[in-house]
Amino acid sequence: MTWLLFLEQCLNGLQFGLMLFLLAAGLTLVFGIMDLINLAHGSLYMVGAYLVATLTQATGSFFLAVPLGIVATALLGMVLEAMVLRGLYRRDHLSQVLATFALILIANETTRAIWGVQPLSLNVPDGLSGSVQLLPGLSYSAFRLAIIAVGLAVAALLYFVVTRTRIGMLVRAGASNRQMATAMGTNIKWLFTAVFGAGAALCALAGAMLGPLLAVQVGMGENILILAFVTVVIGGIGSIRGAFIGALLVGVVDTFGRAFIPTILRAVLSPAFADAAGPSLAAISIYLLMIGVLFWKPQGLFPAGS
Amino acid sequence: MQALRRHAWLIAFMALGLAFPKLAAVAGQEYYVSFVSRVLIWALLASSLNLLVGMGGMVSLGHAAFFGLGAYVVGIIGLDAPQWSGALVAWPLAMAVSALAALLIGVISLRTRGVYFIMITLAFAQMLFYVFVSLKAYGGDDGMSLARRSTLPGLNMANDTVFYYVVLALLGACLHALGRLRDSRFGRVLRGIKDNEARMESLGYATFRFKLAAFVIAGTVAGLAGALMANQNSFVSPNMLHWDQSGTTLVMIILGGLGSLWGGLAGAAVYLVLEEVLTAFTRHWQIALGLILLGVVFHAPQGIAGLFARKKP
Amino acid sequence: MKTKLLCLILAGALSGYVQAADKIKVGFISTLSGPGGVLGAAIRDGFNLALEHTGGKLGGLPAEVIIEDDQQKPDVAKQLADRLVKRDKVDIGTGIVFQNILQAAQASFLGADIFYISPNTGPSDLAGANCNPYFFAVSWVSDSYSEATGKNVNDKGYKNVFVIAPNYPGGKDVVNGFKRYYKGAYAGEVYTKLGQLDYAVEISQMRAAKPDAVFFFLPGGMGVNFLKQWQQAGMGKDFPLFGTGWSFDQDTLAAVGEPTLGALNAAHWNLDLDNAANKKFVADFEKKYGRLPNEYASQGYDAAMLIDAAVRDVKGKIEDKAALRKALEAATFKSVRGAFKFNKNHFPIQNYYLRQVVKDDKGRYVNKTVSTIFTDHPDAYVAACNM
Repeated sequence: MTWLLFLEQCLNGLQFGLMLFLLAAGLTLVFGIMDLINLAHGSLYMVGAYLVATLTQATGSFFLAVPLGIVATALLGMVLEAMVLRGLYRRDHLSQVLATFALILIANETTRAIWGVQPLSLNVPDGLSGSVQLLPGLSYSAFRLAIIAVGLAVAALLYFVVTRTRIGMLVRAGASNRQMATAMGTNIKWLFTAVFGAGAALCALAGAMLGPLLAVQVGMGENILILAFVTVVIGGIGSIRGAFIGALLVGVVDTFGRAFIPTILRAVLSPAFADAAGPSLAAISIYLLMIGVLFWKPQGLFPAGS
Repeated sequence: MQALRRHAWLIAFMALGLAFPKLAAVAGQEYYVSFVSRVLIWALLASSLNLLVGMGGMVSLGHAAFFGLGAYVVGIIGLDAPQWSGALVAWPLAMAVSALAALLIGVISLRTRGVYFIMITLAFAQMLFYVFVSLKAYGGDDGMSLARRSTLPGLNMANDTVFYYVVLALLGACLHALGRLRDSRFGRVLRGIKDNEARMESLGYATFRFKLAAFVIAGTVAGLAGALMANQNSFVSPNMLHWDQSGTTLVMIILGGLGSLWGGLAGAAVYLVLEEVLTAFTRHWQIALGLILLGVVFHAPQGIAGLFARKKP
Repeated sequence: MKTKLLCLILAGALSGYVQAADKIKVGFISTLSGPGGVLGAAIRDGFNLALEHTGGKLGGLPAEVIIEDDQQKPDVAKQLADRLVKRDKVDIGTGIVFQNILQAAQASFLGADIFYISPNTGPSDLAGANCNPYFFAVSWVSDSYSEATGKNVNDKGYKNVFVIAPNYPGGKDVVNGFKRYYKGAYAGEVYTKLGQLDYAVEISQMRAAKPDAVFFFLPGGMGVNFLKQWQQAGMGKDFPLFGTGWSFDQDTLAAVGEPTLGALNAAHWNLDLDNAANKKFVADFEKKYGRLPNEYASQGYDAAMLIDAAVRDVKGKIEDKAALRKALEAATFKSVRGAFKFNKNHFPIQNYYLRQVVKDDKGRYVNKTVSTIFTDHPDAYVAACNM
């Protein structure tokens, strides 16, 4: 275990965490402000990835396809919100679960009907396909550095919007006390649609950034949805800051779990037991993290409205 | 009066259930006896979740953990301790293990509420899932087959119709017990906690204990359902613990009617029959199912049982 | 006395006249939805192409194929298998992609004395101690590909290999197959979470461990993820990558593209195998479906052709199960992989080839057969089979 490897794993943890942040941010906003459990969040991510993959093949340029894909997904999200989700805000969480679960079924099957069952081809654009030498002996993938950069930029942008602008103030007011915000004259409907659109845009951005690294196929949203929910819950619902810290925690714990638990166990326990237990322990490390956080702080680390 | 009405429905249901295999035989569709057995086992699982969610207001996405645990107890006994594979030993053991697990998981999880509770129960179930996947001795991801079904003295459990009657009897008994629970003081307190926990606390009730008791009861019944499913399929696999299963069970009770005694049965029956029918029609049946579920959410908010519920004046 | 004799003769004559079936019903259960749906679709497409070639018949009997989707869920598969056997009364079962799905459904077929021809998964226990007279696999045993890769890696003189596979018994079995023939040392052996998305951690570990080769087994979407991330981390420049044929099947090559270039893998079949059946299969598959076939499709095709030949050999009398079994065991069909022979455990004895991913003259990524690793290679479990 060299210092360079340790640093590299730290970067991996940071990068994984920021990937999750892109998804968790939208989810926590929608949840916190509209009090909507949206299981179809992963489907928006899938649609975003599919659109970016298709547009990249059509236009030949990843960098052109990404903004187009984001806009298209945001529009789709807003249409979905106006037509279907708006009727769910006043309903209980379980009806929301059922309705958004139904949306997942429809989204998956429609995507399959349109694009077929084979995974879509989406590769890292030429401009970002090499590696960058950060330190002598430590080269890191340019694309993953780009993810880190994008993640940090989005975090900074969201922080700025939420804390320093009027719309951000409305968002925070809505998150902590919706009735009061309405009473004070905020046009809730418009705000909600905008927030949902922003969430969808973040999903599409996540899909665009992760598509070149992961398989773009039907059902890709559900795998990552769980991680996003875990992140949101750890961070506290409705809080961007919570989503950011939660995402970094999850990224680092998962990365370090996979990188070091098997090795540590092998040093301490018998090889047979370590080989059996190590990978399993690494796999459930983020769940253990979440249970630990909730045990200590049952509403997450930074719940909005606290 | 309510108890009388409930008894009437229960008797009608049991009568229909008893008659079904004969009807199926006459129509030449014996296969459907085992299909209905599956529906009844799902109904048992869904009813147990309905106790937790519908009556107690505790939305759990980890209920499949107890279902899977009950199934694995039967499976592991079949492999490691076949002398215990009589149903009279194995099934109560499955229920006991699930009850213990529910106690441990409940004690930790019930500190949280709302979506945090959803996620923490999900986390526990996922952890158990990954543990079972990695256990090579019990098949891991492949799961394991049961050499034969649990035995009951004097009955040929390998016969699908006999097994169906056993499942029917157990479901009837559990529905009866759940109905009595609803009408009892325990049930009233639980519903009160669901409505307003703070108020119940201020009235002096130890709400945590009531919630934990409900959680354990629900887990125990789910364990029985798991043992039955292991027998139905002659097979157990980690898939039974996956959050997919918890999610489907939740969808069933929302569909069937939260909090209603018949919600679990109605939801399981409609969901599984819909799946069976739709898959025969179109390859894109998931779109149809999704649209139907959306329709239920917007036009039948109390689920199917709600459509039949007497409107209170 | 005379009447008795007459009755006996009549009875004998009537029983000898076994009513031949007028059609053959095939129950085809496969994974046709979700991420695994690509594989089931390939097997189904191969199977259907074979039916086209035989004029919709199997061995001269009109074939009715009931296709069902198991959604990659074991309990759904069990239900479908029960329905096919009890309600639809199929004569033969086939189609399942995944080992855990087969595990759930096999009892429904085999327990009812219905033949099951596996066009893909070949669990090692069915090849060994649990071999079954009604089970046939036209594909391979679960660790055959990795055995072949292991032998190749060993023969090439690599001494320090890094191994990565998912943490479930199937993954460990594949790795054990590799270990059976690779005799060198291990720079690392890592088991990842099933369904894991990001392999940055493991790739970093690999780079730090400085192996002289990397062997990976990551089926399905996991493999796609890994390959993309591998390429993007620039690993291909420094470390040769070995895998099994499953990670580099034609559909994966088409989806992933450039990151697969140059990778070495082992399989029992390839597009460019030089025999008449294969040439026809590949050409007609591309014409009908607009894409090149992969191993899964070839296995589906072979399964249909195996049934076709066996039913023809028993002259359509599929009720005579003993005779049908002998005909299946004889396997007189022309397989697209070349010569085909069953071992006594109903698994194939066949060649395994080293393939490398190249770009063909149409710019498509395909496997090119480089050499033969094993000739007439039986599986490692046949000794435990008592058939």
